[in-house]
Amino acid sequence: MQGGPENTTTIDERHSSRVTVEVNGVSREVTLDNRTTLLDTLREHLDLTGAKKGCDHGQCGSCTVLLDGRRVKSCLIFAVTVDGRSVVTVEGLAGPDELSPLQAAFIAHDAFQCGYCTPGQLCSARGMLDEVSRGWPSAVTGDLSTPAALTDAEIRERMAGNLCRCAAYPHIVAAVREAASS
Amino acid sequence: MRAFRYHRPADVAEAVAVLAAEPQAAYLGGGTNLVDLMKLGVQRPDVLVDVTRLPLDTVEELPDGGLRIGATVRNSDLAAHPVVRRDYPVLARALLAAASGQLRNMATTGGNLLQRTRCVYFQDTGKACNKREPGSGCAALHGQNRDLAVLDWSEQCVATHPSDLAVALAALDTVVEVHGSDGARDIPIADLYRSPGTHPERETTLARGALITAVRVPPLPAARRSTYLKVRDRASFAFAAGSVAAVLDLDGDVVRDVRLAYGAVAHRPWRAYRAEEELRGRPFSPELAARAADAELAEARPLRHNGFKLPLTRAITVRALTELASS
Repeated sequence: MQGGPENTTTIDERHSSRVTVEVNGVSREVTLDNRTTLLDTLREHLDLTGAKKGCDHGQCGSCTVLLDGRRVKSCLIFAVTVDGRSVVTVEGLAGPDELSPLQAAFIAHDAFQCGYCTPGQLCSARGMLDEVSRGWPSAVTGDLSTPAALTDAEIRERMAGNLCRCAAYPHIVAAVREAASS
Repeated sequence: MRAFRYHRPADVAEAVAVLAAEPQAAYLGGGTNLVDLMKLGVQRPDVLVDVTRLPLDTVEELPDGGLRIGATVRNSDLAAHPVVRRDYPVLARALLAAASGQLRNMATTGGNLLQRTRCVYFQDTGKACNKREPGSGCAALHGQNRDLAVLDWSEQCVATHPSDLAVALAALDTVVEVHGSDGARDIPIADLYRSPGTHPERETTLARGALITAVRVPPLPAARRSTYLKVRDRASFAFAAGSVAAVLDLDGDVVRDVRLAYGAVAHRPWRAYRAEEELRGRPFSPELAARAADAELAEARPLRHNGFKLPLTRAITVRALTELASS
């Protein structure tokens, strides 16, 4: 329904842009049709297939990456808008032969089954823990005047933007809890 | 998706000039709604004017005690702002009850106010929708209208406004600062949104190409005792089945002042003036709160599938005000 001839139109210069973006610490430069999302740029143009396309409408969270250190949904961002900015994907959470504490905790707690949502869960949890360390409240924070303790209820609420169709939620909560305390 | 040119203006004047020159251009904020609607083919701009790098991203405390919030301040930053948390908990709570952590990091203040309805018929180009395509009809009126309006709807449109933030801002008598090709002006939020009537495609009173640059929240010391209560089909990350923004100022047990606004009931954030009138000057009780809600909802016309919104809205009115009264 949404496809059709428009998507195969030859791209002219008016509708494309040269975009420079730092990805996992490396500056990358690509020329893109302005319609290209950050997610498709990572996967189709930069060979970084860690971030996943689930719903492609901002509802499932499998495309979550860190943009200038903040977690965002890369399927709802046109890459042209992030020119000059810095992106970290799941591939950049740790070195090529190591695991971040969060990744190690996901393995230790069996926090995934099929694994499709995991890159998004990991990037979201990374961003979420930074938000907690900055003292940001959530919808379940009782007292807005003091930083919230990271209870399981807080973890669940703050991770609500990431769906897991295998329903590994209890293990994801346990993994995030452990990573938060390490 | 239609191909589009991308423009990043240097200042507000340039942004407004591009919109004036390009009849099918649109402003792009956080993109959480517009990008989705472009993917769905519901919106088809041929130019995007990216306003997110304009210097409109600060929250200022005003000399009168109010707050000026720039249009590109992200929802998450606003919710975490210490002055918002202390002086306007209703704002922080409304923001935190909306969307997800990732989306709040993206969504802007101005964009939040101008987001489009989540009526499923509006979002489906295969269905009749007067808002998307004037004159095509309303598939929602006799369709799956459980999520839609109970107040102030028309035969042409039964959509609701989806924002939580706008409900809180409506309760606070916020002023919206707007720049257009004819200069700058202030619009009280009560005058920003339109009833659907016979032109549901016109959602606000903004002239085409006008850009929201900031919102001004007036000083309201009573708002330190305020809250936002939202009921959803699931515990998190969903639009409201019902919501209420409430500010309560008691003198002993007598209601000195009260502000109430409802979400998920109408085409606009619904300021509950009639309920406020019922409450003011009377000793507070849960029964009084229920009567006030009933007075507000007296003219409601529920659709086939959304009659539950009336007892729900009454119940959250009672709960929110009772919690505030005992806090």
